[in-house]
Amino acid sequence: MSGLTLLAANQEAAASPKFQLRLYVAGQTARSLAAFANLQRICETHLAGQYYIEVIDLTKTPQLAAGDQILAVPTLVRRLPEPIKKIIGDLSNEGRVLVGLDVQPVAI
Amino acid sequence: MKRKMPDSLPTLPKTPTGIEGLDEITGGGLPAGRPTLVSGSAGCGKTMLAVEFLVRGATQFDEPGVFMMFEENVAELTANVRSLGFDLAALEAQKKIALDYVHIERSEIEETGEYDLEGLFIRLGHAIDSIGAKRVVLDTLEALFTGLPNHAILRAELRRLFRWLKDRSMTAIITGEKGEGNAVTRYGLEEYVADCVIVLDQRIQDQLSTRRLRVLKYRGSAHGMNEYPFLIGAHGFSVLPITSLQLDHQVTTQRVPTGIARLDEMLGGLGYFRGSSVLVSGAPGTGKSSIAAKFIETACRRGERALLFAYEESSAQIVRNMRSVGIDLERWIKKGLLEIHASRPTLQGHEQHLVTMHDAVRAFHPTVVAVDPITNLFMAHNDAEVKPTLMRLIDFLKKEQITAIFTSLTTGGDAMTAPEDSQVGVSSLMDTWLLLRNIEFNGERNRTIFVRKSRGMAHSNQVREFVLSDTGIDLVDVYLGGDRVLTGSARVAQEAQERSAATLREQDHQLKLRQLASKRKAIEAQIAALQAEAEAETEEVHFAIAQETLQETTADLNTATMTQQRHVTTGLNGLAKEER
Repeated sequence: MSGLTLLAANQEAAASPKFQLRLYVAGQTARSLAAFANLQRICETHLAGQYYIEVIDLTKTPQLAAGDQILAVPTLVRRLPEPIKKIIGDLSNEGRVLVGLDVQPVAI
Repeated sequence: MKRKMPDSLPTLPKTPTGIEGLDEITGGGLPAGRPTLVSGSAGCGKTMLAVEFLVRGATQFDEPGVFMMFEENVAELTANVRSLGFDLAALEAQKKIALDYVHIERSEIEETGEYDLEGLFIRLGHAIDSIGAKRVVLDTLEALFTGLPNHAILRAELRRLFRWLKDRSMTAIITGEKGEGNAVTRYGLEEYVADCVIVLDQRIQDQLSTRRLRVLKYRGSAHGMNEYPFLIGAHGFSVLPITSLQLDHQVTTQRVPTGIARLDEMLGGLGYFRGSSVLVSGAPGTGKSSIAAKFIETACRRGERALLFAYEESSAQIVRNMRSVGIDLERWIKKGLLEIHASRPTLQGHEQHLVTMHDAVRAFHPTVVAVDPITNLFMAHNDAEVKPTLMRLIDFLKKEQITAIFTSLTTGGDAMTAPEDSQVGVSSLMDTWLLLRNIEFNGERNRTIFVRKSRGMAHSNQVREFVLSDTGIDLVDVYLGGDRVLTGSARVAQEAQERSAATLREQDHQLKLRQLASKRKAIEAQIAALQAEAEAETEEVHFAIAQETLQETTADLNTATMTQQRHVTTGLNGLAKEER
């Protein structure tokens, strides 16, 4: 997993995506990977083309933890649209993630 | 606050906090490399203690520290502790302290699935590494319990956090809010921090708040068990240990004049010992303040610095009033040798007063301190607490070799009843005790003074009359005659009476002598007359004798002549007769 590959994957949406998301993780743990996979799946399902995910590994850039008041990892931060929302945990409960992101689920 | 540890088995390594008094109680500081829990209710000074622990560590012990705060933000904390003289911003700029504000807004957070608090560890670790910290403060960790819904995870993570802090050898202070009832903390943090627990408490007594500190637990170390008052003053936190103060201050034989020559005389001719404590007690209006002021003025005259704590009068009033007895304090205030701190005793708790005094003494470096009066300061409070407080003050002053004079108002106030009982048991702390008494007699009141005790010096047992006039203070011998003591005008009258009696006696003596002389003269004259008489009589006798003798001789002569003459005739006759 790498934030850089992820950014490249969403390049086309990066111009002005509606949802700017940031996922804070601490190293490539099973939980981190699960959180990222869950997030990606949820976004592709419900926010296709409207999102932008930045992954921050705090073990590499610990100084970034204070900025978004990160305590728990993984933490997903919805930076846009405002207000800022945080979802902590491995994002395994899709319904709660959607509530946390304030996203209307797409009916499948 | 250096205190030797007993030289026995190596004890637990300790990290000095640098907080006045706390290191004494804990026998050297907090357990090194371990977390300590500081618990207390809101506003009792947990954060202050924690901040000072870090600041002292950073500035005095070369141990940088991380302050992770959960309640106030950095700007608020920095502003709050600036009043204690701590400049966190500067220390942060010097990389001696790292500040991190951890904020969790419950409403912003949605929880889904598993997580841990690695983010907190990373932040703390990053802060520690950025300055090479040895100390950590987490204030107040319990805020996490309201921020994070899953307490099971939180507790597991806290346990890991304390383990982690120990593994990194951080000497840490964790603060916690006091729980309900007897619980040390609301969320049971004491469960995780087992090494040292300090409990702070704030209580209101007589509308004055006092703060107390107690070391509830200190694993592997002896510690003071009592509750100790503590204060947050202009120079930070100070705990006032009562029992740990040892009686080991230096003493000197140097003497300090009292400023009143006759009083010096009463104290072995030299005055008080330097560094001793003097109690001047007496009823209202006996001249206690004047004695204290005189002492201070005399110190200033010698060029020494003096500090007066006044709890009855304002500074200006003292200056005015003392001028009326010939003591000019203003001059010394202007010269900077004298400082008067006047305040109401009820302004703050006596511990707070004590700290104010400490701070003032530290700042001014006087050789002489007067407290006028201690009764006002301490009597307003619970008696049981007065003595330790005063003891701490006296010990402090003695340690600094400051001669201290305390005035004490005795109740009652009439002349001869013993006011000693009202001395709040402080007299045993005093080296010299001057007792002032009013003596009311014959329509007037007069002041007397005597030395009730004076350790380590010969002192007079005499009562002296204490005279305040516009030229100053003087002591006069009282009249001790018959079965009473006379002072004031009675003394003057008695003295005058004695003087006139003496004059009279003198005159009487002279009269008697004169009478004697004239009597002697008379007698001598009589003697002379008698002698003359005797002489005259002798002469008369002699004359008579002479006359008689003369007559006799004359008679004899006549007879002889007659005989001679008659011889012729008689013979003839005879012859004739014979012839017949």
